[in-house]
Amino acid sequence: MLRQIEGSRAVAETVALCRPRVVCAYPISPQTHIIEGVGTLVKSGRLKPCEFINVESEFAAMSVLIGASATGARTYTATSSQGLLYMTEAVFNAAGLGLPIVMTVANRAVGAPVNSWNDHSDAMALRDAGWIQLFAETNQHAVDLHIQAFRLAEELSLPVMVCMDGFTLTHAVERVEIPTQEQVDRFLPPFEPRLILDPADPISIGGVVGPGAYAEARYLAQARHLGALARIPELVDEFGRVVGRQSGGLVSSYRCEDAETIVVALGSIVGTTKDVVDQMREEGTKIGVVHLTTFRPFPEAALAEALEGAHRVVVIEKALAAGSRGILGADVDALVTNRGTRTLTVVAGLGGRAITEGSLRRVFGEAIRGELGAVSFLDLDREAVDRELARMAADASTPPSVARVFGDLRAPTARIV
Amino acid sequence: MAEQTIRFYQVGSFAIGNRLVDPQQRTVQSDRNRWNSLTSGHRACQGCGQALGARYVLDAAMAATDGQMIVVNATGCLVAFSTQFPESSWRVPWIHSVFGNAAAVGTGVAAALKAAGDTKTRVVVVAGDGGAVDIGFGCLSGMFERDDDCLFVCYDNEAYMNTGVQRSGATPAAARTATTEAVGREPGNAFGKGKSLPLLAVAHGIPYVATATVADVHDLEAKVGRAMELRGARYLHVLVPCPLGWGTAPEDTIRIARLACETGLFPLFEAAYGEILHATPIRRLVPVEAYLRPQRRFAHLFGDPPRTDDIARIQGIADRNIRRFGLLGTDEEGGQR
Repeated sequence: MLRQIEGSRAVAETVALCRPRVVCAYPISPQTHIIEGVGTLVKSGRLKPCEFINVESEFAAMSVLIGASATGARTYTATSSQGLLYMTEAVFNAAGLGLPIVMTVANRAVGAPVNSWNDHSDAMALRDAGWIQLFAETNQHAVDLHIQAFRLAEELSLPVMVCMDGFTLTHAVERVEIPTQEQVDRFLPPFEPRLILDPADPISIGGVVGPGAYAEARYLAQARHLGALARIPELVDEFGRVVGRQSGGLVSSYRCEDAETIVVALGSIVGTTKDVVDQMREEGTKIGVVHLTTFRPFPEAALAEALEGAHRVVVIEKALAAGSRGILGADVDALVTNRGTRTLTVVAGLGGRAITEGSLRRVFGEAIRGELGAVSFLDLDREAVDRELARMAADASTPPSVARVFGDLRAPTARIV
Repeated sequence: MAEQTIRFYQVGSFAIGNRLVDPQQRTVQSDRNRWNSLTSGHRACQGCGQALGARYVLDAAMAATDGQMIVVNATGCLVAFSTQFPESSWRVPWIHSVFGNAAAVGTGVAAALKAAGDTKTRVVVVAGDGGAVDIGFGCLSGMFERDDDCLFVCYDNEAYMNTGVQRSGATPAAARTATTEAVGREPGNAFGKGKSLPLLAVAHGIPYVATATVADVHDLEAKVGRAMELRGARYLHVLVPCPLGWGTAPEDTIRIARLACETGLFPLFEAAYGEILHATPIRRLVPVEAYLRPQRRFAHLFGDPPRTDDIARIQGIADRNIRRFGLLGTDEEGGQR
């Protein structure tokens, strides 16, 4: 049924349709509305049987799910930002144990400076944790990806992270069609664990593995990830047959036929980018955009194909990889560099800074005219930063002061064009 | 998997329950058909108190649950010596995740069982003192506070033995560890630090808290049995001497554990819902020196000249325990002796 609904609420209702047996979470903005929604569905009896557990930390939340998943329960949690980092050790552990946990990450910046708005710093920090990472472009996409995530996780014995932009998607009210229970049940069979703690057949899970077998265990994780690259497109087709909508997949291209400039991005910024692409296409610019729905495993072949023929690739990077050329940027660059395509990384939208159509048009224009450096920062107040750098250079004993930079900044709203 | 039958000497000694006593009074350990949850062939050091404690506790819990039990293990010696791929000494369903999260993993196992409508299978979480007192305390306190249906057992050997004997929050005053060396004016672990996890457990108001040692199997098994009769969060703190870390002879593990109780340094008690119900009286009170002297971790107290000041402070700790828990029992008029 097509409804006008908040993204978080839509995800909560969708998760309930997936019939998790154990849900466990610790509150952090902007994830809160999701777990509040699931909690209410459990408490009201609409989602049962299900244990909803309020714990003392994100580390505990993931750990509870590790225990529950190993005991045969379908499991779910959601977190953001500091919360994801706080649970890091257990996040790696869940992947290493091959437990099919599904987690929503309502993407948010990581402190310091503390900031509760959206960017992708959190998910990027854990890109090597062994989880499949899917990025939602819209709330409809988020709904569909969650259903597919449970199926994918359980088929491959791998945990899946569904990333959706904090506030931009989680708190946005828009039209979403949530599948029926019957449709979800048809697509998502009951969880049949491969590994289970059972007194009738006692096994040891999580024992010590030394140098003699550790590399092989790690390689198996690699093999399962590569298996996901083959399985994800098949699941999209099957999802389409059951739900009547093509959604998800590895990459999706928009107006990339004959494009000389292709923008690559993750998440909700693709929507704005599509509008800019439409405008520039009308003006005769050969530009398109590729959304990477699956970021881990990295869909090398699919992305290389999508970028075929492009003269330049502009990567919009919603995270700062200090001291490097960017995370998504480096991944894309490795794919296209030896065929002569330039990769231009644009770090944008950090800590919830608005990415406007005007700014995107300007930066795409600069890229096409060859005026854009390999790594650039969208809408950075260059003057304020330069002043502070000069001050630091003049007096080495002065610590860098965020407060002072802020003092120099004009009101951010005045900068939105 | 190749299995070894239990040998006669493993069930015949006084320490594990004396097969000559009345059948009803015999321990689970004295039964040749005991579960042997942690079976032989593992890599623990000779005389390891934790290896004994783990088997005593889990066999008793298996007997109480008729084998319907899942074990969660925090990182530590017990994981390292019982599982080396592709081998495992565990004859129970067993999971190890990471160091600090065992109690939360236990919560998850219990939640999954509940959601599946399984009321028979029980959850026992085991950890060393590091995984309980220090890095595992956040998750443990959360599990207590939510009153999740898990028995958490801490095998306390009073330091990080798996990594080479470093100090933990359970290391006693004056003890030498690799991070509290016996050097300087105050050799060993500082006085006035550390915490009593059993009393912190009592403060959570959970249904059952008890302390025990590997020296008294009857007492230990009885406490496990009582814990398994109850639902909700339960805590059992078992003192397990470590020959390697304490510098004691492997054959002295039981004797040292008994001395810890007889000096008053390790009070044996039971508590329920925030109230201490009962402490085991000391039958033969001994001075702390008798406990300290056989342990190399306290050797610096007995040098030339001996640190009589530190020994007296440790005696003071024992005396306070004796007063606080009434460890000398009561006389016929009901007053403390």
